[in-house]
Amino acid sequence: MTRAGKNRKNNGSKNNNDKGLAPGLASSAELTSAQEAEHEDRGGVVAGRARQGMFNVRGSGDTSGYGGLVLPAYVPPPAQRPYGGGFDELTDELLDAMHERGVPAEAIQQVTVDRGEITYYVRREHLVALCRTLRDDSALRFELCSGVSGVDYGSEVVQRLHSVYHLMSMTYRRRIRLEVAVDVDDAHVPSVVEVYPTADWHERETWDMYGIVYDGHPALTRILMPDDWDGHPQRKDYPLGGIPVEYKGAEIPPPDERRAYS
Amino acid sequence: MARRKNRGVKHRNTKPRDAKPNDAKPNAAEPAHTVGSGTTDSATATDSGVSDPYAATSRETTEGRVYTVTGGDWDDVLDDWRHDERIVVNMGPQHPSTHGVLRLVLELEGEAVTQARSVIGYLHTGIEKNCEYRTWTQGVTFVTRADYLSPLFNETAYCLATEKLLGITAPRRAQVMRVLLMELNRIGSHLVAIATGGMELGALTGMTSGFREREEVLHLLEFLTGLRMNHGFIRPGGVAQDLPEGYDTKVRDFIKVMDSRLPDYDWLLTGQPIWKKRLCNVAYLPLDGCLQLGVTGPILRSAGLEWDLRKVEPYCGYEEYDFEVPTSTDADGYARYVLRVEEIHQSLKIVAQCLDKLEPGPVMVEDGKIAWPAKLSIGADGMGNSLEHVRKIMGQSMEALIHHFKLVTEGFAVPPGQAYSAVESPRGELACHAVSDGGTRPLRVHLRDPSFVNLQSLPAMCEGGLVADVIAAVASIDPVIGGVDR
Repeated sequence: MTRAGKNRKNNGSKNNNDKGLAPGLASSAELTSAQEAEHEDRGGVVAGRARQGMFNVRGSGDTSGYGGLVLPAYVPPPAQRPYGGGFDELTDELLDAMHERGVPAEAIQQVTVDRGEITYYVRREHLVALCRTLRDDSALRFELCSGVSGVDYGSEVVQRLHSVYHLMSMTYRRRIRLEVAVDVDDAHVPSVVEVYPTADWHERETWDMYGIVYDGHPALTRILMPDDWDGHPQRKDYPLGGIPVEYKGAEIPPPDERRAYS
Repeated sequence: MARRKNRGVKHRNTKPRDAKPNDAKPNAAEPAHTVGSGTTDSATATDSGVSDPYAATSRETTEGRVYTVTGGDWDDVLDDWRHDERIVVNMGPQHPSTHGVLRLVLELEGEAVTQARSVIGYLHTGIEKNCEYRTWTQGVTFVTRADYLSPLFNETAYCLATEKLLGITAPRRAQVMRVLLMELNRIGSHLVAIATGGMELGALTGMTSGFREREEVLHLLEFLTGLRMNHGFIRPGGVAQDLPEGYDTKVRDFIKVMDSRLPDYDWLLTGQPIWKKRLCNVAYLPLDGCLQLGVTGPILRSAGLEWDLRKVEPYCGYEEYDFEVPTSTDADGYARYVLRVEEIHQSLKIVAQCLDKLEPGPVMVEDGKIAWPAKLSIGADGMGNSLEHVRKIMGQSMEALIHHFKLVTEGFAVPPGQAYSAVESPRGELACHAVSDGGTRPLRVHLRDPSFVNLQSLPAMCEGGLVADVIAAVASIDPVIGGVDR
């Protein structure tokens, strides 16, 4: 990252603090590779991909430093108490309710508070029980599942596929995010349709686009692509496609083959 | 009796084209018989070992195969007619009454709908995937094309998510402009909902009036942003440029026109007996159904919950505006129509307040690393970078030229992380989930489109009702397929 980029990031965190968020909520600085390895040992979550070089130069003998620059993948930092923004009370209520309903506390792998939003990284075994707790407990009441979507962090990332749930409590007017990270070879996540029927089409779309299998879904079929389509188009290793275009004698490559700056 | 039972089962479970090719029966050859008419079925007759005196026969001639269909027992015919009139009707995707390229597969029992399934994906254009290959600013021009009736809402949701990731806030004038544009857009979108809904239910004057008024909205939006649709006007950090000279008069004239014409809709539709008969108690979806199915927007408000993100989670300074959130408890198609008309009135009220709140000031963040470097102006060859700017970067400042080039081609880097921001679009909660890995392109842009979610409620609304009410249900959901399929 350039110096300008670093400065802007610092400014960004300052702005966040100005808006009244607790300190430490803004995005963390990059972790060193040792920290990252340690984090992975702890079963942490990677939510970003390693980026190569400002100008993405590969194997050109470029000695300017740009070509050899490798930025490690972003790892969302686990939040430290106090979270601030009402998230402490919420998490306490959640842990109490989980205890009451026999959902182990290990169901939550990590809590991250970033930019005024709270993310619970959840182990998939307990996802449905956790959703039911979130929906039914009188202190939580997350009645509305806004949506389920997938994120693919790229082929070099462990547990690259994430299934993301945005829940909203209309009673208490707050939002949370649940995130389940799975490996691409074992892309199975239990379906939450029995708890939130609205997740039906969302899970079908995420299966269609990312190939995450939602076990227990009533009819997990493709929804946007044709039924006989091969592959899952929004995976990072699925090409965007496109043809080169000639303009005034010059050839402009398709978007996914153009030079990338990040 | 056994024969009849067998036949019933066969008709229910197998498609006609599964019949054996050698089957000398008309229902194997003629598609018309897929509706399960009173022809007998030789396969079942052979199975039971009794020859059917009424079975149709066929013989080969030089002209081709000729069938002889004889009469039958009225009991058989009526039995078929009563119990086996299961028809599977495919409606769309190219059907004027299905609101765009929406395909409905309806299973009918007479005129009653026993099952309804919607098939989508005919307008999937890969907008979310495309965003991953462009800079954050270029993403605006993609998301605006998702729900093409509410482009400015898509842009705002996307830009709010981007701004959250960047940790910046658009300046006040830009926020007021966003509200102004979104409310004008809401008026246009609701007018289309009423117009196409009217057309689908046979109220053609509703259609012509709705599109006439919408044209006023589009003219105004063209004047304000430069384009009628797919504006690409709201950008991360603010808006593309300031309002043109004379916007105040134009907007006030528009409010006057709308104030004079909106009562026409009450004359034309609100109290009209046919309109009421088509919509009252039709497409009923109560509150618990709405919450289970994640339905938001006018459908949720028609079920009695005063849920409007402009009030409960204000963004762009909506807390400063004075407006009502109309609700109803009827939970039917008519209530949704009435709410949409009322929301148009409320939006006009907000538009008028925006004009009073617009104070001179910047329309883009000060940060030169994010804001577009050039002012736009109209030249002889259309709109482009202002001559003054081109003169500066080409003649005076190499640094400015480099800066311009880098910002436009490379874009700005967004710190890693994810953000979710929602706005109240004409159809409900429209949200953008944006993920950044720290680069100059989004890692992931997901649009939570209300049309996509609300369309799931279609079977709940119309199963058990009449086939004509399916059309009314689709019209009252008002799905925009561009947003459903993205």
